Amino acid sequence: MLQIKDLHVSINGKEILKGINLHVKAGEVHAIMGPNGSGKSTLAAALAGRELFEITQGSVAYMNENLLELSPEDRARKGLFLGFQYPVEIPGVSLVNFMKTAINEHRKFKGLEPISASDFLKLMRDKKELVGLATNLTNRSVNEGFSGGEKKKNEIFQMAMLEPTLAILDETDSGLDIDALKIVAQGVNKLRRKDKATIVITHYQRLLEYIVPDFVHVLYKGRIVKSGGKELATELEEKGYDWLKVENE
Amino acid sequence: MNESTSTDLKRDLISLFRQNNSTLETNSGRILNLHREKAFQDFDRLGIPTIRNENYRYTPLEKYFQGNYEVEMNPNPFKIDIRSVFKCDVPELDTHVVLVLNGFYSANNQFGQLPEGAVVCGLNEASVKFPELFLKHYSHYADTSADGLVALNTLFAQDGVFVYLPKGMVIEKPLQIINLSHSFKNLRITRRNLIVAEENARANIVVCDHTLCNQSYLANSLTEIFVGKNADISYDRLQNENSLSTQINNLFIHQLENSRFTGNCISLHGGLIRNNFYALLNGPYSQTNLNGLFLCDDKQHVANYLLVDHASPHCVSNQLFKGILNDDATGAFNGKILVRKDAQKTQAYQKNNNMLLSSSARMNTKPHLEIYADDVKCSHGATVGQIDNEAMFYLRSRGISEKEAKHLLMYAFANEIVSRISIPILKDRIIELVEKRLRGELSRCNNCDIHCG
Repeated sequence: MLQIKDLHVSINGKEILKGINLHVKAGEVHAIMGPNGSGKSTLAAALAGRELFEITQGSVAYMNENLLELSPEDRARKGLFLGFQYPVEIPGVSLVNFMKTAINEHRKFKGLEPISASDFLKLMRDKKELVGLATNLTNRSVNEGFSGGEKKKNEIFQMAMLEPTLAILDETDSGLDIDALKIVAQGVNKLRRKDKATIVITHYQRLLEYIVPDFVHVLYKGRIVKSGGKELATELEEKGYDWLKVENE
Repeated sequence: MNESTSTDLKRDLISLFRQNNSTLETNSGRILNLHREKAFQDFDRLGIPTIRNENYRYTPLEKYFQGNYEVEMNPNPFKIDIRSVFKCDVPELDTHVVLVLNGFYSANNQFGQLPEGAVVCGLNEASVKFPELFLKHYSHYADTSADGLVALNTLFAQDGVFVYLPKGMVIEKPLQIINLSHSFKNLRITRRNLIVAEENARANIVVCDHTLCNQSYLANSLTEIFVGKNADISYDRLQNENSLSTQINNLFIHQLENSRFTGNCISLHGGLIRNNFYALLNGPYSQTNLNGLFLCDDKQHVANYLLVDHASPHCVSNQLFKGILNDDATGAFNGKILVRKDAQKTQAYQKNNNMLLSSSARMNTKPHLEIYADDVKCSHGATVGQIDNEAMFYLRSRGISEKEAKHLLMYAFANEIVSRISIPILKDRIIELVEKRLRGELSRCNNCDIHCG
């Protein structure tokens, strides 16, 4: 589904990712871990198409297409979803209106008519329930005045609404208490399917107790320095990132 | 603009006045004429404000005054049936409608039965019928010695709308005043309105400024509003004129104890729009809210000048003005809060946010506080920015196209003002007009023959 080869990414002339190789197949959950500043969020944003990041080398194939040539909106319409580490507050744009616009853009892309008002309401209701998002939040402006937990739940809610093929969750667990974490993880697990894949980016092993990954990769200084099964996360938790630093300095 | 053109302009306008003085005197009631002498002296001294006047620094008015304009000294004989040509408002917007055509009140175009005691009629007619009200209020709030445009308006004032709400009068249906400019020649228009809301009166007033042909119009309007004790007046204004029109508005609001005035001014379209708001909080516990939204592109210019004068303690004022500018459009905001020495416990807030969509659009903003009391809460702030890139990416990452994302963000920006309009149907209508305007479509109403812009 996703094949990243030797990906180099710079921001303002500074190289952040120095040759990433990653292969994600349908049905898999990959976890990317690593200390702060290792390039985890850069990888996520570059895959979603953030223009701030310059791809200097390498290739990314997504569903046998050159992902890097697509605009952010086309990536999304083709099933890629980024759950933001820091979701943006957008005053004046209601979550309802935002989601309706997004759903209809996806439908237009597929050659479908805009969603009917009743279908949309039902969809909203179902997905809100699925991720446990408070009803009153959808009438408010996107993320405006949402608590940290609400913002993260909102990301999962949007994911549920858009039903992506490949979801990249960038530190969805950061800043969450254990209850919120469980709800977010449940939301992700409910959306797990054979034809879909998820990349979970996290700093801590904690989330991986609830979203059990098939593969764990450790990102350090812009490179994947170690890959393994879910036990790698436990090992990392026990030994800490210093263990890696010693190995890789 | 050099000194000689400004002097020439003044000379031309004075000679225009001299030519028409006898017609003006004959046409107008005694009390309107009473103020011309002083207005003449003041205008002779002040002339049209130039950019050397700090309040007009960013609005080069003179060049807009220089075109060849005709003047109508008598009401236009056009038979306009407002119901047939002008269906600007959705049918559900059930209002009392009155029409002002080229500055003259159109008596055959008044619709809706007012509650007994309330008066809505032509200004000139009213000045004869209600001398005591005119002696008390007319030209009492608009100071001709402070601004040449106020003097000029008072000098040429003949007609407009008069609204009188006696003590305790509550008008549930909005009162809609349509200012229409319609001529086959370029036209200079003077409009003069007086609104008197006595103690405990309450009304929603909606004012729409429209042009009916693609001629150039130069309108100098002035409205005085007296808001008596405990009275509550809302004043929504929709400015939607063609690109050749110049619109100058002076709004003088005089508020007594515990009164409330809320003005929402939506400048959708026009060549040059200059709005001057003067609010005097002249009684404790009164409140003034002034909000504005302007959308301009091409070579349009929109300027809002505000002076909110806190002359009494325990008053509250809020100003929020937002603008979206594209192409070579220019805008100006000049807002002043004055808190006088005795106006303790004042709360006065002011905000001006602007969004520039092109590299050649320009916005000048000057928030200004002048405080002489020591126990007050005041704030002011201004921003000039572009579309938020973070928000753009967030929207696009959900599959929303760049164009649609931009539209959503612009609309969200504008909506903060539009959402303050208190009449739901009018709000929906304006939301629709703003949406169309932001999408670059004509913002005129679907079933209206008026080709604005």
